Amino acid sequence: MTAHDYWVLSPAIAMALLALVTISVDLVTRNMAKVSTVAFLGLSAPIILTLNLWFGWFGDPATAREATGVAELGSALFGSVETDRFALFFDFLLLTVTAGTILASAKYIASDRMKDYGGEFVSLVLLSVTGMMILVSATELITIYVALELTALPVVALAAIHRTKQGVEAGTKFFVLSAISSAILLYGFAYIYGYTGSTHLDVIMNRLAVLPTEAGVPFGSYAVLLSVIMIVAGFGFKMAVVPWQMWVPDVYQGAPTPVAAFLSVASKAAAFAVIMRIMYVAFGDPVLMQDWSGLFAILAAVTMTVGNTLALSQSNIKRLLGYSTIAQAGYILVGVASVPANQVGASFAGAGPQGVLYYLAGYAFTNLAVFFAVIAITSRTNDDSIEGLNGLLKRSPLLAGLLVFGLLSLLGMPPTVGFMAKVVVFGSAINANLTWLAVIGVVNTVIAAYYYLRVIRAIVFEDAADESTFSADKPLLAAAGVAAVGAGVFGLAPFLLLEFAEQALSIIPAIIPGI
Amino acid sequence: MFDGLLTITVFLPAAVALLVTLFARGENADQQIRWISIGATVVTFALSVLVFVGYDQSAGGIQMIDHFERWIPIDALRSSYLLGVDGLSAPLVLLTGILGMAAALGSWRIKKRVREYFLWLLLLETAVFGVFVSLDLLLFFIFFEFELIPMFMLIAIWGSGRPRYSAMKFVLFTLAGGAFMLVAILAIYVSPDVNTLAMVSIPELGITGIPELMAGADLAAPAALIFGFFFIAFAVKLPLWPVHSWLPDAHTDAPTAVSVMLAGVLLKMAGYGLLRINLGFFQETKGFTIHDVAGAMSIVAAISVIYGGIITIRQTDMKRLIAYSSISHMGFVMLGVAAVGTSAAQTSAAGLNGAALQMFTHGTITGLAFLMVGLSYDRTHTRHIPHLGGLWKKMPLIAIFFLIAGFGSLGLPALSGFVAEIMVFLGTFSVWPWATGVAAFGVVLAAGYTLWMVQRVFFGERPATPGLSDEVYDNLTDANWVDMIPVIALAAPIFIVGIWPSVVTDMFDIGIQAVLR
Repeated sequence: MTAHDYWVLSPAIAMALLALVTISVDLVTRNMAKVSTVAFLGLSAPIILTLNLWFGWFGDPATAREATGVAELGSALFGSVETDRFALFFDFLLLTVTAGTILASAKYIASDRMKDYGGEFVSLVLLSVTGMMILVSATELITIYVALELTALPVVALAAIHRTKQGVEAGTKFFVLSAISSAILLYGFAYIYGYTGSTHLDVIMNRLAVLPTEAGVPFGSYAVLLSVIMIVAGFGFKMAVVPWQMWVPDVYQGAPTPVAAFLSVASKAAAFAVIMRIMYVAFGDPVLMQDWSGLFAILAAVTMTVGNTLALSQSNIKRLLGYSTIAQAGYILVGVASVPANQVGASFAGAGPQGVLYYLAGYAFTNLAVFFAVIAITSRTNDDSIEGLNGLLKRSPLLAGLLVFGLLSLLGMPPTVGFMAKVVVFGSAINANLTWLAVIGVVNTVIAAYYYLRVIRAIVFEDAADESTFSADKPLLAAAGVAAVGAGVFGLAPFLLLEFAEQALSIIPAIIPGI
Repeated sequence: MFDGLLTITVFLPAAVALLVTLFARGENADQQIRWISIGATVVTFALSVLVFVGYDQSAGGIQMIDHFERWIPIDALRSSYLLGVDGLSAPLVLLTGILGMAAALGSWRIKKRVREYFLWLLLLETAVFGVFVSLDLLLFFIFFEFELIPMFMLIAIWGSGRPRYSAMKFVLFTLAGGAFMLVAILAIYVSPDVNTLAMVSIPELGITGIPELMAGADLAAPAALIFGFFFIAFAVKLPLWPVHSWLPDAHTDAPTAVSVMLAGVLLKMAGYGLLRINLGFFQETKGFTIHDVAGAMSIVAAISVIYGGIITIRQTDMKRLIAYSSISHMGFVMLGVAAVGTSAAQTSAAGLNGAALQMFTHGTITGLAFLMVGLSYDRTHTRHIPHLGGLWKKMPLIAIFFLIAGFGSLGLPALSGFVAEIMVFLGTFSVWPWATGVAAFGVVLAAGYTLWMVQRVFFGERPATPGLSDEVYDNLTDANWVDMIPVIALAAPIFIVGIWPSVVTDMFDIGIQAVLR
């Protein structure tokens, strides 16, 4: 590895080191407060390094590139990792989510049943994030696969960390399904490698452009078709897309809630990032784009509808949120399906992909606020049924307010980020000639209103069986509050995120030609 | 272009509300919150006066534009942060300023959960301001829907009677209307010939608005359907017969200040939408124009006026009575809009001006009436008319101002209600003589229910039983100076507009002429 490679990978390396430091602190002090503090403050290292790469504070990566002669901006390890602005956007997102998760689990890892594994808990989270940070930067299939495994394995341990029956079941389920999906993914990678002779995404695109195509066959060849379907299936598991969603409710219910919060946001964001990169870089040819757009449009419609329909009858808040994240993944897929190749008019500047990034970030803030509020509440009431939330407004007004606000944003009520993100995503679908998909999306929003409002009704209107009041720990409350404020601010001022997203996407030629 | 005044006016109440909610602490927190919130509404009122006075009538057009094009920086979405006022919205901004202040002042005595109460009340004010000054359809929709959350909370938590039921009914009706509106907005947006969200054309910014683009354009859905969806959303909000049933419940159960806001400005969002969107967009559309349904609108309006009036007479609850009278009075707004006639040549601008003025006057008159009912109820703890009587001797001030509101509502000359109604009648009579003739009976009904109620409550004898006990009756006090500030603030415009109507009608006329193009 050259100095430049270290430079480009510095955020991920810092993250991995932080994981090691955290576990060492745990080993030496056995003090969970210290572990949390070190992990939280230590996050400033990868954050500063990420900011550095974005702004080029300590030397522009572009100059470093000239010195090493590596062709791509910020690419490292023989072009297999590329910490470009697209990757950096997701690095920021992942780091924010990690900071929130650590803050929110500070009290949890200090609890009696966790204090023996608290250090492991935090460092496993950090290791998984390391995998995600490499995953969003990876531009080569083998690297993607390895990073994906690094992302998934710590989560298996995290899900089962309680070693209760439910926890072990959640862990096992996650492990087995994750392994199967990885195998399918690898199969897809193997096909595309066999067909094009390369594992580098940009080379694959060039080879696909010159290889002969068969008329009437999607993607011009059955090999590519099969490979795309397998790749989408493999990542579909991570994105929690129907029909690979079965694990979600079980794992969310069985795993510790901070893990579920982390999974629902970070792991999903990373999976969407890598699928976007693969699709737009390797299969970014306008003709191919139209083919996979149709595939994603169908997945989006099915995912939204199934997720929302199954959520209707849930009585456990964690399971309900599990199905809700499935439905949300469906909305995000609408943005993935809205490709530039289908544009109406000339002014389309990647609204679909921009919508995906905006939705993911907005959703991250919203969902964290909801999950953190649920953690705070269920840790006091020890009841994760929806009836357990009855009369919450009287018992803990602040937590109730945060939870209601988050649910309204998930529902897509103006002026939250949830509404604005849906407008952007559905608007981009209409622009990409997918009006039918936008209509299904709107109908789904109405269906979803039913179960979100049901929870809100319990919180605001029902009478509590137990009238005692309670509040949450300061760190958890701060994390939930910051997430909720983010969800509000990014809804009122969408440009803050969208400008950022546009810059992130500007490096992918297939999305914004000419930049 | 970024003037800034409108943005500040819109968001000042919300910003103050959030800061106060977060930072007011300590024993005197409630008192601090009251003072600061009321201060914020007074400043906002001053800003709204500034907007009204600052509008250059000789220049006309859209003024004080706040335009931030990269609000949603996706070219394909063609939505921008676009605020501005014209002759149609400037008086309504002023009205919101007045009523926002009156509502906050009238909430002085709220004791339950003061912090949250003022938070929601100020957020509500921001939402209403936003509706009147947004010139981007998406932004308009956001503010239109955003108003639901504060209203829901205000009715459900601080209401009386069956607050949760009423709050839920209000939200469901409006949400359903809003869903129709969203579909209509999408249908306009997806039409390739239109594909913009700007509600007006602003030449100096190079913005071509929907009205201009929709003229003769091929739309994604039949124009009649899009018109109908917008119409449903606004008819629910106005409210028109037969989708009015949420209004009496919401009004009756809402706390006084919220009733003032609801009757005073929230219903006006619908009238404004009818004029700006249903009238503004659908004059030259292909296959269908607003002229095709003007006759039907005049009939629905007449039914609303008469039906509302008859139901009103039967009410025994003071608040419910005024609530039903709103249905009747908002029918006049619809009737004025129907003056658009069957063709552009037949259009009577006077009728449309009357509709706009009726919104303004109804806002102040009914706001005042609800305020007076609130003051009376605070003292007697009943709104049941047969239980009351002879209150005149005990609270003359309340009775006088109640009478002023009543006279305004029945259209006594020299008060603003008269000017608005006469304009609607004169304007619409030339177009729809029969409907106008029938609706004119609404004024007779108004005289009936208003005077009868005033007579039963304030004059006459105390009912022997069951009425107020001697103890309660003897200890009744009149309004004090704190109560009178909002009362005066609402009564003043009734006289000013009644005697000198052109102060707002000139303004409305500029707006209506621009909408009529």
